[in-house]
Amino acid sequence: MKTDKLLVALAGQPNCGKSTVFNALTGASQHVANYPGVTVDKMTGWYKQNGHKVEVVDLPGTYSLTSYSPEERVSRDFILHEKPSVAINVMDASNLKRCLNLTFQLLEMEIPVVLNLNMMDVVEKRGMTIDAEKLSRRLGIPVVPTVMKKGQGKQDLIDAVAAAAGGENGARGARVDYAEMEPFVRRISEKLASQTSLAVNYPVRWAAIKLMEGDSEVQRLMRESHSDPESFLSFVDSQRRDFEIVHRESPEMHIAHCRYQTADDISRFCAQIKADARAPLSDRIDRIVCHRFLGPVVLVAVIWLLYYLSIVQGYNFTNYTWPLLAKIRSLAEALTPQPGFIEIPLMRAFVLWFVDSVNALLNYIPIFFILFSLIAILEDSGYMPRMAFIMDRLFSRYGLHGQSTLPMVLGGIYVGGCAVPGVMSCRGIPDERSRLATILIIPMLNCLAKVPLYVLLINIYFAAYKAWAMFFISTISMLMVLPVSKLLTLTVLKDKETAPFVMEMPPYHLPTLRGVLGRAVERVWLFVRKITTIVAAVAVVIFVLLQFPGISDQRMVYYQSEKDKVAATFIKKIQRTPYADQLGEENLMDLVLYWDAYKGAKMGARGKAAVAEVNAEFKSRNPTFFTIAQPGKDKVAKKVNRAFKKLFKSRKRLLREMRKERIDNSFLGRLGRWLEPATQFAGFNWRVNVALLSAFAAKESSVATLGALYEQEEEGEALEQRMARGESGFTPLHALALMLFMVLYPPCLATSIAVKLQSGSVKWMLFSMGYPMVLGLTVATGIFTCGSALGLSGLQAMAAFYGLALVVTVGMGFIKDKSQYV
Amino acid sequence: MTLDQLRPGSECRIRKLSARDRLGQRLLDMGVFPGLRLKVVRNAPLDDPMEVEIEGCFISLRHEEARFVEVECRENR
Repeated sequence: MKTDKLLVALAGQPNCGKSTVFNALTGASQHVANYPGVTVDKMTGWYKQNGHKVEVVDLPGTYSLTSYSPEERVSRDFILHEKPSVAINVMDASNLKRCLNLTFQLLEMEIPVVLNLNMMDVVEKRGMTIDAEKLSRRLGIPVVPTVMKKGQGKQDLIDAVAAAAGGENGARGARVDYAEMEPFVRRISEKLASQTSLAVNYPVRWAAIKLMEGDSEVQRLMRESHSDPESFLSFVDSQRRDFEIVHRESPEMHIAHCRYQTADDISRFCAQIKADARAPLSDRIDRIVCHRFLGPVVLVAVIWLLYYLSIVQGYNFTNYTWPLLAKIRSLAEALTPQPGFIEIPLMRAFVLWFVDSVNALLNYIPIFFILFSLIAILEDSGYMPRMAFIMDRLFSRYGLHGQSTLPMVLGGIYVGGCAVPGVMSCRGIPDERSRLATILIIPMLNCLAKVPLYVLLINIYFAAYKAWAMFFISTISMLMVLPVSKLLTLTVLKDKETAPFVMEMPPYHLPTLRGVLGRAVERVWLFVRKITTIVAAVAVVIFVLLQFPGISDQRMVYYQSEKDKVAATFIKKIQRTPYADQLGEENLMDLVLYWDAYKGAKMGARGKAAVAEVNAEFKSRNPTFFTIAQPGKDKVAKKVNRAFKKLFKSRKRLLREMRKERIDNSFLGRLGRWLEPATQFAGFNWRVNVALLSAFAAKESSVATLGALYEQEEEGEALEQRMARGESGFTPLHALALMLFMVLYPPCLATSIAVKLQSGSVKWMLFSMGYPMVLGLTVATGIFTCGSALGLSGLQAMAAFYGLALVVTVGMGFIKDKSQYV
Repeated sequence: MTLDQLRPGSECRIRKLSARDRLGQRLLDMGVFPGLRLKVVRNAPLDDPMEVEIEGCFISLRHEEARFVEVECRENR
């Protein structure tokens, strides 16, 4: 080996087992990053050989190396600019002829290539034979047959890479003979060599071929490196035209044809391949999976299973993981300064808020782990292209793509998804415009966290028609998503790059446990690293917005006096008891904390033995307090117990009042009030505004904040009753407007981060937050104002809106979008 | 005749690709070459896209895209 560190690129067509090779070579030492400017994953890993580090970059799977798709551009630029020492060309050996297309293009780029004939077991199983020796001689490059799934041939591949890296640089491999086009290529090459400095950095013959192909990126390169690019490019154009006139074939077609011919010759020469190379089993499976009637049934079953296993079973799993997170919280409680009777130390409030915010997200990990595993199974098995095949007709009418199916299912096509994995799974959509459209509309689907607000409002305002209202809200999101997506496609996304739908329907594969788990772990880790850290940071901001400026000194004096009153009442009540001299103003708080801790410990204790243990522990901690907390038949102690309970309740009330006042008074509260003049037409008062604003952090917060804003009057009063009482002017129409706004609500923080990751730009993230707000407010205002003007009841307005949405959706489906194939 | 007009089960020979650039390149990458034999395997449940077989490879494409593939059938269904 010449250098200490080798850089190796892994290139191959989709479905060739490239990621298996990558995993086998690099094991656990991998990391994911993005190529600059595009949302294509850059997987890097490394292995050691003879003490040298070999860095492996897994290029995206591509059929070709043109400049038509981001994946191909990225792969090509990597080879041209990073100049890897060796490129491993991974190939599905059973598909030799078609895969050679990429091999030729790699060879034209004049880097040392090692051909890896992977999946040799499939070749054998189908009764085919490939002579690797012959192939190697014919292509002029090392050829290594492997069955990487079982690790067979891995060492041979590593050795071949080392040997190739040590060998002579430059073109050694076979060239495709472009026959009648060769003189054209030569003419352009000569001009390139003599007129530009291109030859220093780029393979000249490759550039000439690309120019004949009409490659836009190489043309751009010319503009940068040629002194007189226009005259040169018009020369290239004339060459292209001349060729087409003389040979009655476009240069790119000719090039493809020559490559195809050469590949055909080579595969005839080196391999015996049966005419029907596809596993007949795949075809038989497809007869059911893609069947006119059974296909959709299978699809629905798969989606149902996905929901059931991840959302339902995943939630069951959180029952086991939540106690762990709860432990972290109680640890934080123990480590932070203890609360006073009415003063909660800022440090404590902050730490607990922070832990709660992060815990709320970490709680999703079991769900995500199951979800990501299932997605990996779907991906590896080859079902995804079938899913796209079935759904494309419907989705493509609205600017989406067959491959938008999975992201939308994850996002919550009916009820109960999560936008984060939904957005994250958008990367598979090859068409940039559809991908962006999908990313932008997923937050409007019904994620789990929106459901509590729906349930709350439906229970209060549509109690008699619960089922209908729930059906309305579950399906209306789809009826809004489709037209909105179409609208976006026709406007802001109009100029985005599209890609042809044409795709391979690869044979089915049995996924490997290792591949599936590896990917699931990797994606969960990505979620934890990227999403959780940023959510934690923003939790701090929201905390400040909710906490400050806080309660004024004047009001604090009032609360202090209230506290004194409450304490005085308690002291007076226990005056004549023997406890009076042991309990004073100064140690009252100790009793409160003791009480809290005791209640908490008892709640956590399971079984009689555990309860007895807790009792014994607290008794030894403070026997006096224990008799108050657990008076038994002691009449005096019972009296004190009653008095204390009252005190405890009063404290709770005071704390709640203070919290409410703090929110009312906070920056967020002021913002809510400040927005009221604008939102009143949608029927939102400032409290609703505050709840909606707090939902930015996480949608669950909306209900929690409403809970804080509508204070309890009696212990245990449900939020439904409180809200109904607190908002006597609120009608079902208000509730409807609010629910529709929630449907169109901007993505929560975690989703926003996912949007940024997947769209690759902050601009799109901001757009994804901005446009739903405008849209949501418009819809809410429309329904509330029109509904009020026409005197519609909530239910009538609901029906009217549903009808309207249905008409718009169907209508939008008929608008033709011609731009794609012009 | 163009590919989008064919019904499932029909077989033909690819005559010419009238698409260039992105779509043309993509079709070529997928092995849709003039001169090769092609079989329409099935249409999707909603009729679009369609699935075809060329030399043992199965490819799905929208009818809109299939319009750019000129074909000739020997037997008229």
